[in-house]
Amino acid sequence: MDITVPVLFMNISLMAMLVIVAVAIVRLRSLFAVVMLQGVYSLVSAVWFVSLDAVDVAFTEAAVGAGISTVLMLSAMLLADRTAKPIPVGKNLGSFFVVVITGLAMFYAIADMPAYGDPHSAANAGVGMAYIEATREQVQVPNVVTAVLASYRGFDTFGETVVIFMAGLGILLLLGLNGNAGKWQAQPNGQAIGGPGPSITPEVKTKPKPVKKTTAASKRKVAVKSKAKPKAKPKSKSKSRAKAGGKS
Amino acid sequence: MLETMAYINIGAAFFLLIGMVLILGRLLAGPTLYDRILAVNAFGTKAVLFLCLFSFIIGRPDGIDIAILYALMNFIATIAVLKFFRYRALDVSLAQSHIDKATVRSDRNNKS
Repeated sequence: MDITVPVLFMNISLMAMLVIVAVAIVRLRSLFAVVMLQGVYSLVSAVWFVSLDAVDVAFTEAAVGAGISTVLMLSAMLLADRTAKPIPVGKNLGSFFVVVITGLAMFYAIADMPAYGDPHSAANAGVGMAYIEATREQVQVPNVVTAVLASYRGFDTFGETVVIFMAGLGILLLLGLNGNAGKWQAQPNGQAIGGPGPSITPEVKTKPKPVKKTTAASKRKVAVKSKAKPKAKPKSKSKSRAKAGGKS
Repeated sequence: MLETMAYINIGAAFFLLIGMVLILGRLLAGPTLYDRILAVNAFGTKAVLFLCLFSFIIGRPDGIDIAILYALMNFIATIAVLKFFRYRALDVSLAQSHIDKATVRSDRNNKS
Protein backbone atom coordinates (compact mmCIF):
# COMPACT_ATOMS: atom_id res chain seq x y z
CA MET A 1 0.00 0.00 0.00
CA ASP A 2 1.27 3.41 -0.92
CA ILE A 3 1.59 5.62 2.11
CA THR A 4 3.04 8.76 0.54
CA VAL A 5 -0.28 10.52 0.02
CA PRO A 6 -1.66 9.97 3.56
CA VAL A 7 1.69 10.86 5.10
CA LEU A 8 1.80 14.01 3.00
CA PHE A 9 -1.70 14.89 4.16
CA MET A 10 -0.68 14.31 7.77
CA ASN A 11 2.35 16.53 7.34
CA ILE A 12 0.21 19.26 5.82
CA SER A 13 -2.29 19.10 8.66
CA LEU A 14 0.51 19.20 11.25
CA MET A 15 1.94 22.29 9.55
CA ALA A 16 -1.51 23.87 9.46
CA MET A 17 -1.81 23.24 13.18
CA LEU A 18 1.58 24.92 13.69
CA VAL A 19 0.39 27.97 11.76
CA ILE A 20 -2.84 28.15 13.77
CA VAL A 21 -0.96 27.92 17.05
CA ALA A 22 1.59 30.53 15.97
CA VAL A 23 -1.10 33.01 14.95
CA ALA A 24 -2.91 32.38 18.22
CA ILE A 25 0.31 32.98 20.18
CA VAL A 26 0.72 36.32 18.47
CA ARG A 27 -2.91 37.36 18.86
CA LEU A 28 -3.77 36.22 22.38
CA ARG A 29 -3.38 38.61 25.29
CA SER A 30 -3.63 36.16 28.18
CA LEU A 31 -0.05 35.17 28.88
CA PHE A 32 -1.00 31.89 30.52
CA ALA A 33 -2.70 30.76 27.34
CA VAL A 34 0.38 31.83 25.41
CA VAL A 35 2.61 29.66 27.61
CA MET A 36 0.30 26.68 27.18
CA LEU A 37 0.20 27.25 23.42
CA GLN A 38 3.98 27.32 23.28
CA GLY A 39 4.03 23.87 24.84
CA VAL A 40 1.54 22.68 22.26
CA TYR A 41 3.60 24.28 19.50
CA SER A 42 6.71 22.40 20.50
CA LEU A 43 4.74 19.14 20.81
CA VAL A 44 3.36 19.48 17.29
CA SER A 45 6.71 20.49 15.87
CA ALA A 46 8.36 17.49 17.54
CA VAL A 47 5.81 15.17 15.93
CA TRP A 48 6.57 16.83 12.64
CA PHE A 49 10.32 16.32 13.20
CA VAL A 50 9.66 12.62 13.65
CA SER A 51 7.86 12.55 10.35
CA LEU A 52 10.94 14.15 8.79
CA ASP A 53 13.18 11.36 10.22
CA ALA A 54 14.93 13.76 12.61
CA VAL A 55 14.36 11.60 15.67
CA ASP A 56 17.09 13.15 17.80
CA VAL A 57 15.89 16.68 17.11
CA ALA A 58 12.40 15.57 18.07
CA PHE A 59 13.76 14.14 21.30
CA THR A 60 15.44 17.41 22.18
CA GLU A 61 12.39 19.41 21.20
CA ALA A 62 10.16 17.29 23.38
CA ALA A 63 12.45 17.51 26.40
CA VAL A 64 13.40 21.17 26.16
CA GLY A 65 10.50 22.75 24.36
CA ALA A 66 7.56 21.01 25.94
CA GLY A 67 9.06 20.28 29.34
CA ILE A 68 11.62 22.74 30.61
CA SER A 69 10.67 25.86 28.73
CA THR A 70 7.02 25.60 29.71
CA VAL A 71 8.01 25.66 33.36
CA LEU A 72 10.52 28.46 32.79
CA MET A 73 8.05 30.62 30.89
CA LEU A 74 5.44 29.96 33.52
CA SER A 75 7.73 31.09 36.33
CA ALA A 76 8.70 34.17 34.35
CA MET A 77 5.04 34.91 33.72
CA LEU A 78 4.18 34.57 37.39
CA LEU A 79 6.84 37.14 38.23
CA ALA A 80 5.49 39.51 35.62
CA ASP A 81 2.06 40.63 34.58
CA ARG A 82 -0.71 38.24 33.60
CA THR A 83 -1.80 39.91 30.40
CA ALA A 84 0.15 41.52 27.61
CA LYS A 85 -0.53 45.12 26.79
CA PRO A 86 -1.10 45.81 23.11
CA ILE A 87 1.57 47.91 21.47
CA PRO A 88 0.59 50.15 18.55
CA VAL A 89 1.75 48.90 15.18
CA GLY A 90 3.64 52.05 14.33
CA LYS A 91 6.15 51.42 17.10
CA ASN A 92 7.20 48.07 15.70
CA LEU A 93 7.66 48.94 12.05
CA GLY A 94 11.45 48.79 12.22
CA SER A 95 11.55 45.32 13.75
CA PHE A 96 8.82 44.16 11.36
CA PHE A 97 10.98 45.32 8.47
CA VAL A 98 13.99 43.40 9.85
CA VAL A 99 11.90 40.24 10.27
CA VAL A 100 10.53 40.44 6.74
CA ILE A 101 13.99 40.95 5.28
CA THR A 102 15.38 38.01 7.25
CA GLY A 103 12.56 35.76 6.14
CA LEU A 104 13.05 36.71 2.51
CA ALA A 105 16.77 36.01 2.83
CA MET A 106 15.99 32.57 4.25
CA PHE A 107 13.64 31.82 1.36
CA TYR A 108 16.39 32.92 -0.99
CA ALA A 109 18.82 30.55 0.73
CA ILE A 110 16.46 27.59 0.37
CA ALA A 111 17.25 27.45 -3.35
CA ASP A 112 20.88 26.59 -2.58
CA MET A 113 20.01 23.69 -0.30
CA PRO A 114 20.26 20.16 -1.66
CA ALA A 115 17.05 18.27 -2.30
CA TYR A 116 15.61 15.98 0.37
CA GLY A 117 17.63 12.74 0.19
CA ASP A 118 19.94 13.95 -2.54
CA PRO A 119 22.81 11.39 -2.89
CA HIS A 120 25.22 14.07 -4.12
CA SER A 121 24.73 16.46 -1.24
CA ALA A 122 27.63 17.26 1.05
CA ALA A 123 26.23 15.18 3.88
CA ASN A 124 25.81 12.09 1.73
CA ALA A 125 28.90 12.33 -0.46
CA GLY A 126 31.81 13.24 1.79
CA VAL A 127 32.81 12.03 5.20
CA GLY A 128 29.24 11.19 6.15
CA MET A 129 29.32 7.92 4.26
CA ALA A 130 32.52 6.94 6.07
CA TYR A 131 30.78 7.48 9.39
CA ILE A 132 27.79 5.45 8.28
CA GLU A 133 29.99 2.55 7.21
CA ALA A 134 32.30 2.61 10.20
CA THR A 135 29.65 3.01 12.89
CA ARG A 136 28.48 -0.58 12.71
CA GLU A 137 31.88 -2.02 13.60
CA GLN A 138 33.38 0.76 15.68
CA VAL A 139 30.55 1.91 17.91
CA GLN A 140 27.89 -0.77 17.43
CA VAL A 141 24.96 1.57 17.82
CA PRO A 142 22.07 1.37 15.34
CA ASN A 143 21.60 5.14 15.14
CA VAL A 144 24.42 6.95 13.38
CA VAL A 145 23.47 10.32 14.78
CA THR A 146 23.77 8.96 18.31
CA ALA A 147 27.13 7.43 17.48
CA VAL A 148 28.49 10.69 16.07
CA LEU A 149 27.11 12.74 18.92
CA ALA A 150 28.18 10.55 21.82
CA SER A 151 31.25 8.75 20.53
CA TYR A 152 32.97 10.44 17.59
CA ARG A 153 32.29 13.88 18.98
CA GLY A 154 32.16 12.86 22.59
CA PHE A 155 34.48 15.60 23.78
CA ASP A 156 32.48 18.18 21.89
CA THR A 157 29.26 17.05 23.53
CA PHE A 158 30.98 16.97 26.89
CA GLY A 159 32.14 20.56 26.40
CA GLU A 160 28.63 21.65 25.49
CA THR A 161 27.27 20.01 28.61
CA VAL A 162 29.87 21.77 30.74
CA VAL A 163 29.01 25.11 29.14
CA ILE A 164 25.30 24.64 29.79
CA PHE A 165 25.98 23.55 33.36
CA MET A 166 28.12 26.63 33.98
CA ALA A 167 25.47 28.89 32.49
CA GLY A 168 22.86 27.42 34.81
CA LEU A 169 25.24 27.74 37.74
CA GLY A 170 25.86 31.40 36.92
CA ILE A 171 22.14 32.11 36.78
CA LEU A 172 21.68 30.33 40.10
CA LEU A 173 24.45 32.41 41.65
CA LEU A 174 22.87 35.59 40.29
CA LEU A 175 19.33 34.80 41.38
CA GLY A 176 19.51 32.53 44.36
CA LEU A 177 21.91 30.83 46.75
CA ASN A 178 22.25 33.93 48.90
CA GLY A 179 19.25 33.06 50.96
CA ASN A 180 16.68 33.95 48.33
CA ALA A 181 16.68 30.59 46.62
CA GLY A 182 13.15 29.26 46.40
CA LYS A 183 11.68 32.26 48.15
CA TRP A 184 10.52 34.11 45.08
CA GLN A 185 6.90 34.90 45.58
CA ALA A 186 4.97 35.68 42.49
CA GLN A 187 2.48 38.46 42.38
CA PRO A 188 0.16 39.49 39.61
CA ASN A 189 1.85 42.85 39.15
CA GLY A 190 5.51 42.25 39.79
CA GLN A 191 7.82 40.30 41.99
CA ALA A 192 8.35 40.20 45.70
CA ILE A 193 11.05 38.27 47.48
CA GLY A 194 10.12 36.45 50.64
CA GLY A 195 11.30 37.58 54.03
CA PRO A 196 10.20 40.51 56.18
CA GLY A 197 9.11 42.58 53.23
CA PRO A 198 6.34 45.13 53.07
CA SER A 199 3.67 43.49 50.97
CA ILE A 200 2.71 40.03 49.88
CA THR A 201 -0.64 38.59 48.85
CA PRO A 202 -3.23 40.99 50.24
CA GLU A 203 -5.75 38.23 50.93
CA VAL A 204 -3.64 36.88 53.77
CA LYS A 205 -4.65 39.54 56.24
CA THR A 206 -8.37 39.00 55.90
CA LYS A 207 -9.23 36.12 58.15
CA PRO A 208 -6.60 35.36 60.80
CA LYS A 209 -6.29 38.99 61.82
CA PRO A 210 -9.54 39.64 63.65
CA VAL A 211 -9.01 36.65 65.90
CA LYS A 212 -5.53 37.77 66.75
CA LYS A 213 -6.55 41.35 67.20
CA THR A 214 -9.22 40.54 69.71
CA THR A 215 -6.96 38.27 71.71
CA ALA A 216 -4.17 40.81 71.74
CA ALA A 217 -6.47 43.69 72.44
CA SER A 218 -8.48 42.03 75.15
CA LYS A 219 -5.38 41.81 77.30
CA ARG A 220 -4.66 45.50 76.92
CA LYS A 221 -6.64 48.62 77.50
CA VAL A 222 -9.03 49.94 74.94
CA ALA A 223 -6.86 52.96 74.26
CA VAL A 224 -3.90 50.86 73.10
CA LYS A 225 -6.04 49.05 70.58
CA SER A 226 -5.22 51.43 67.79
CA LYS A 227 -1.53 50.94 68.44
CA ALA A 228 -1.71 47.17 68.56
CA LYS A 229 -3.31 46.99 65.17
CA PRO A 230 -0.26 47.66 62.98
CA LYS A 231 1.86 45.38 65.10
CA ALA A 232 -0.36 42.39 64.56
CA LYS A 233 -0.20 42.75 60.81
CA PRO A 234 3.42 41.88 60.01
CA LYS A 235 3.31 38.99 62.45
CA SER A 236 0.55 37.18 60.61
CA LYS A 237 2.07 38.04 57.27
CA SER A 238 5.48 36.60 57.96
CA LYS A 239 3.94 33.50 59.44
CA SER A 240 1.80 32.79 56.43
CA ARG A 241 4.68 33.51 54.13
CA ALA A 242 6.85 30.98 55.86
CA LYS A 243 4.05 28.52 55.39
CA ALA A 244 3.65 29.25 51.70
CA GLY A 245 7.21 29.57 50.49
CA GLY A 246 9.64 28.35 53.08
CA LYS A 247 8.73 24.72 53.16
CA SER A 248 10.82 22.46 51.02
CA MET B 1 -4.24 -8.65 6.55
CA LEU B 2 -1.27 -6.30 6.52
CA GLU B 3 -3.13 -4.10 4.08
CA THR B 4 -6.11 -3.94 6.42
CA MET B 5 -3.91 -2.99 9.36
CA ALA B 6 -2.33 -0.20 7.35
CA TYR B 7 -5.75 1.19 6.47
CA ILE B 8 -6.84 0.97 10.10
CA ASN B 9 -3.68 2.78 11.22
CA ILE B 10 -4.12 5.57 8.74
CA GLY B 11 -7.79 6.02 9.56
CA ALA B 12 -7.07 6.14 13.28
CA ALA B 13 -4.32 8.68 12.69
CA PHE B 14 -6.73 10.92 10.79
CA PHE B 15 -9.29 10.70 13.55
CA LEU B 16 -6.57 11.59 16.03
CA LEU B 17 -5.70 14.63 13.93
CA ILE B 18 -9.33 15.71 13.99
CA GLY B 19 -9.35 15.30 17.75
CA MET B 20 -6.19 17.39 18.01
CA VAL B 21 -7.82 20.19 16.06
CA LEU B 22 -10.90 20.07 18.31
CA ILE B 23 -8.74 20.24 21.44
CA LEU B 24 -6.84 23.12 19.88
CA GLY B 25 -10.12 24.96 19.57
CA ARG B 26 -10.83 24.44 23.25
CA LEU B 27 -7.32 25.61 24.07
CA LEU B 28 -7.79 28.82 22.12
CA ALA B 29 -11.29 29.52 23.39
CA GLY B 30 -11.06 28.09 26.91
CA PRO B 31 -12.41 30.68 29.27
CA THR B 32 -10.79 29.47 32.47
CA LEU B 33 -7.27 28.44 33.30
CA TYR B 34 -8.23 24.87 34.07
CA ASP B 35 -9.85 24.38 30.68
CA ARG B 36 -6.52 25.23 29.15
CA ILE B 37 -4.50 22.97 31.42
CA LEU B 38 -6.84 20.11 30.65
CA ALA B 39 -6.69 20.88 26.95
CA VAL B 40 -2.89 20.84 26.94
CA ASN B 41 -2.86 17.55 28.80
CA ALA B 42 -5.31 15.97 26.38
CA PHE B 43 -3.39 17.38 23.43
CA GLY B 44 -0.21 15.77 24.73
CA THR B 45 -1.98 12.43 24.98
CA LYS B 46 -3.24 12.78 21.43
CA ALA B 47 0.28 13.64 20.27
CA VAL B 48 1.66 10.51 21.96
CA LEU B 49 -0.95 8.30 20.30
CA PHE B 50 -0.44 9.95 16.95
CA LEU B 51 3.30 9.43 17.22
CA CYS B 52 2.87 5.71 17.91
CA LEU B 53 0.50 5.30 14.98
CA PHE B 54 2.66 7.36 12.68
CA SER B 55 5.80 5.40 13.43
CA PHE B 56 3.90 2.21 12.59
CA ILE B 57 2.52 3.75 9.41
CA ILE B 58 5.94 4.65 8.07
CA GLY B 59 7.20 1.23 9.09
CA ARG B 60 9.76 2.13 11.73
CA PRO B 61 8.56 1.75 15.30
CA ASP B 62 11.46 3.81 16.69
CA GLY B 63 9.06 6.62 17.42
CA ILE B 64 7.65 4.76 20.39
CA ASP B 65 10.70 5.84 22.42
CA ILE B 66 9.83 9.45 21.77
CA ALA B 67 6.21 8.72 22.53
CA ILE B 68 7.21 7.41 25.94
CA LEU B 69 9.31 10.52 26.54
CA TYR B 70 6.34 12.67 25.55
CA ALA B 71 4.08 10.89 27.96
CA LEU B 72 6.54 11.49 30.81
CA MET B 73 7.04 15.11 29.81
CA ASN B 74 3.33 15.70 29.59
CA PHE B 75 2.81 14.36 33.08
CA ILE B 76 5.67 16.37 34.59
CA ALA B 77 4.67 19.58 32.84
CA THR B 78 1.05 19.27 33.95
CA ILE B 79 2.11 18.70 37.55
CA ALA B 80 4.50 21.64 37.39
CA VAL B 81 1.83 23.94 36.03
CA LEU B 82 -0.72 22.90 38.62
CA LYS B 83 1.85 23.25 41.39
CA PHE B 84 2.69 26.74 40.25
CA PHE B 85 -0.89 27.79 40.40
CA ARG B 86 -1.42 26.42 43.86
CA TYR B 87 1.82 27.34 45.63
CA ARG B 88 3.37 30.03 43.39
CA ALA B 89 6.74 28.34 43.81
CA LEU B 90 8.49 25.18 42.71
CA ASP B 91 10.23 24.17 45.94
CA VAL B 92 7.13 22.79 47.61
CA SER B 93 7.37 19.06 47.94
CA LEU B 94 4.52 17.03 46.54
CA ALA B 95 4.41 14.91 49.68
CA GLN B 96 3.11 17.90 51.58
CA SER B 97 -0.48 16.82 51.51
CA HIS B 98 -2.24 19.37 53.61
CA ILE B 99 -3.60 22.42 51.90
CA ASP B 100 -2.35 25.82 52.85
CA LYS B 101 -5.53 27.76 53.27
CA ALA B 102 -4.09 31.18 52.62
CA THR B 103 -2.50 30.03 49.38
CA VAL B 104 -5.68 28.41 48.19
CA ARG B 105 -7.67 31.51 48.97
CA SER B 106 -5.27 33.74 47.10
CA ASP B 107 -5.43 31.32 44.19
CA ARG B 108 -9.16 31.49 44.12
CA ASN B 109 -9.12 35.26 44.09
CA ASN B 110 -6.46 35.58 41.42
CA LYS B 111 -7.98 33.16 39.00
CA SER B 112 -7.66 34.70 35.57
